Amino acid sequence: MSYLPHTRADQEHMLQAVGVSCQEDLFASIPPGLRLGRDLCLPPALAEHDLLEHLGQLAARNQVAGRSSFLGAGAYRHFVPSLVETVTSRSEFLTAYTPYQAEASQGTLQAIFEFQTMICRLTGMDVANASVYDGGTAATDAVLMALAQTRRSKVLVSRGVHPHARQILSTYLAAGGGVVEELPLREGRTEVPQVGSDVAAVVIQVPNFLGLVEDGPGLCQAARQAGALAIVAVNDPVSLAVLEAPGAYGADLVCGEAQPIGLPLSFGGPYVGFLAARKELLRRMPGRLVGLTADGQGRRGFCLTLQAREQHIRREKASSNICSNQGLCALAVTVNLALLGPEGLRRAALGSMSASAFARERLARVPGFSLAFSGPSFHEFVLRCPVPPEQILEGLAERGILGGHALGREYPELADSLLVCCTESTRRRDVEELALELEALVQAPVEVTR
Amino acid sequence: MKAFEPTLFEKSRPGRRATMPPETDCPQVQPEEVLPVGMLRQAPPALPELSELDVLRHFTRLSQLNFSVDTHFYPLGSCTMKYNPRVNEKAATLPGFAAIHPLAPESTVQGALALMHSLQDCLAEVTGMDAISLQPSAGAHGEITALFMISRYFQDKGENRTRVLVPDSSHGTNPASAALAGFEVVTIPSNAEGGVDLEALRANLDSTVACLMLTNPSTLGLFETGIEEIARLVHEAGGLLYYDGANMNALMGLVRPGDMGFDLVHLNLHKTFSTPHGGGGPGAGPVGARGELVHYLPGPCVVQDGETFRTEVPRHSIGRVRTFWGNFLVLVRAYAYIRTHGSQGLQDVSQAAVLSANYMRVRLQERFDLPYQGTCMHEFVLSARNLKAERGIRATDVAKRLLDFGFHAPTVYFPLIVEEALMIEPTETESLETLDSFIEAMLTLAEEEPQTLHDAPHTRPVGRLDETQAARKPVLIWPE
Repeated sequence: MSYLPHTRADQEHMLQAVGVSCQEDLFASIPPGLRLGRDLCLPPALAEHDLLEHLGQLAARNQVAGRSSFLGAGAYRHFVPSLVETVTSRSEFLTAYTPYQAEASQGTLQAIFEFQTMICRLTGMDVANASVYDGGTAATDAVLMALAQTRRSKVLVSRGVHPHARQILSTYLAAGGGVVEELPLREGRTEVPQVGSDVAAVVIQVPNFLGLVEDGPGLCQAARQAGALAIVAVNDPVSLAVLEAPGAYGADLVCGEAQPIGLPLSFGGPYVGFLAARKELLRRMPGRLVGLTADGQGRRGFCLTLQAREQHIRREKASSNICSNQGLCALAVTVNLALLGPEGLRRAALGSMSASAFARERLARVPGFSLAFSGPSFHEFVLRCPVPPEQILEGLAERGILGGHALGREYPELADSLLVCCTESTRRRDVEELALELEALVQAPVEVTR
Repeated sequence: MKAFEPTLFEKSRPGRRATMPPETDCPQVQPEEVLPVGMLRQAPPALPELSELDVLRHFTRLSQLNFSVDTHFYPLGSCTMKYNPRVNEKAATLPGFAAIHPLAPESTVQGALALMHSLQDCLAEVTGMDAISLQPSAGAHGEITALFMISRYFQDKGENRTRVLVPDSSHGTNPASAALAGFEVVTIPSNAEGGVDLEALRANLDSTVACLMLTNPSTLGLFETGIEEIARLVHEAGGLLYYDGANMNALMGLVRPGDMGFDLVHLNLHKTFSTPHGGGGPGAGPVGARGELVHYLPGPCVVQDGETFRTEVPRHSIGRVRTFWGNFLVLVRAYAYIRTHGSQGLQDVSQAAVLSANYMRVRLQERFDLPYQGTCMHEFVLSARNLKAERGIRATDVAKRLLDFGFHAPTVYFPLIVEEALMIEPTETESLETLDSFIEAMLTLAEEEPQTLHDAPHTRPVGRLDETQAARKPVLIWPE
């Protein structure tokens, strides 16, 4: 199997033009001692038919997260219209390069401009970039901007921020440049802290990792009063249909994960991080930005702009090292939001909230189970369990149900708890079935001990 | 073609609807009943309101304003714009890959973990590394990951190494990554042949040097013939050697970074392993390491226990560099590509890429300057300086005029050490006829009226855009 177009005659023709007798001669500059001189130890090549069979077998060993999935924790299964994939699989988007040659990339550029606009309208911010790797790296990018902007060294990060995002941040800050102090949770929500004059930023997530809606205005105000930047992370932008835009309650930077508004679960990637800011922070933004301009004849067009921030121009003085981003994923988000519009997004949000409210009430009635927190939540909640959650999840998985996320590893204080998520595609009978399975699972071991 | 496609926001009409999400049959709650007053959205986000056909036409029209590999030849140096096989796309849409949750119990995603494990093994073998992490999302992300590993490694050894060396021909991401990882960046000049200047290297090597970041073949498309000596010098000074894998397409199955003495590598799966560029991403930038450094890889990695696969964090891991496991569907595509080729297939790819580049080099150097002579690897760098001197034609003019001939421009003004650089990488998947027509276009435009080139492109929906204005008064969103 090969994608090489060269015939024997083509090869001969090219070799002759180059003036060598065989392909091997082209590698004469490589010291012979370095040459591999053997085949690579790779599995044998497969014809397309056999490859698809092999991949089909691998795929079949994975359990698809369908209707009976209550797993969220930063990756959410919302409805995505078929048209999204129709657009993103178009050759001219899929196989295009980064739009450095603007005249040959107006489609990609305009789509990014529309993405930037939509992110700003969702978050209530002035500017947004063309995407970063994911929600976790977006939070780190926001913190790095705040450290540079304030020239302060401490960052207060809520324990309600996605644990992966906090881990990424500590990886990045381990090399120097800032220290992280964790803001504890009380009843699952971040308490408004005393913010010192050495603090560069306060980072919260709304809703937070445990599904609770934080006091956004209070936390942002506390940050800003101390001259620190208020950073709000949003891990499910569907929530922004009903929750206030962070820009409206004082956020300086909004970062987040846009997977829930256009991308499949994909075992965690590729997803798409977004980063939006007040305009005063524009020149500290990492990554690509698309701007509106005109050509010599006054025709409207789009181009990459403010590139003097970027690595290919500024090298070690760049605002970030990012080059490739998540372009095609940002396109998926743009198409999806164009299809949903404000009404569709609101329906998804209301459906998710309604299903979650129903599940919350129903599961808390299963004997032995209870709600960990009573605060306001969007579409995720913490359920205390009478037996170890890991055991429950394994039991449910055998019945084809993904029951949620066991919190013990990241929150030892919640070692008895599951994080349960519902979306607009969750049906009443799915919740009822989960309730019955939980009941059965908890009763089973008790009966055995009797 | 229409002058421009209006934005979604201009086309929006209040009350127009497209696809709606499903309605849950759970009892409806209203936001006011559940959410705190201060957190209720006051005005709905001003998203556009369109019909499904509106949306489809809009994006179809936008797509038609683009060049792409499927429609045009992209001789972009250092970018490896090869054909993106469609069977790989099909693989990535299998529900067993696309619809699985990253936090599902490991027992329920054994196929995904098995694929990742096998890909780790394949990439370790291709690069000559001992272990691979699939976590980094792109090449630059791989670079900074490796630099964090280097930083932690020396910290554990109690060595205070604060400097990173990069050649003056390096990719901009190299110094940017090193600076972001907290290192001082030192630029090493190239010698007359385009290789690393060994005298300058020696002069800068001391106990403060953490690593040398190197691309081989270099961004000039030349194999770094002094690589054994470079590796020896760096290692003697106690430093590490880092391989920027952007140019790995030249060497698969022929030479391995590990055998050249590199301690760490990153690969760009969206270059060498054919995953589509998507107009700027997503990519994937797996990182490999040898020896003790493998314990510093970001975690979790996938390990095998008998018949079972599970994830594990390496002993001295730097931690996470992204959410979840990696750009999984990009990994699926790269795995499919490797399984399609096998050892001989990958070797054939590199040999064909090098042959195509050399063919274009000899044909084009008749009219364009080739500042660094000799057999190239998978790419080469011309200079338009002679055209500039003779006729006032610059590299950017060549680039823009090529668009009129139906070719994407080469990479221009990079590497920085070549004046008026035109960096050309044909890749192995372009036919001889395509290479010949590109060569013909280059030779033709070199003789055209300079004004024709200055005014190019003439056939695109827009002409050269006013980038100064765009930067001076940035308009980055459509006003509400």
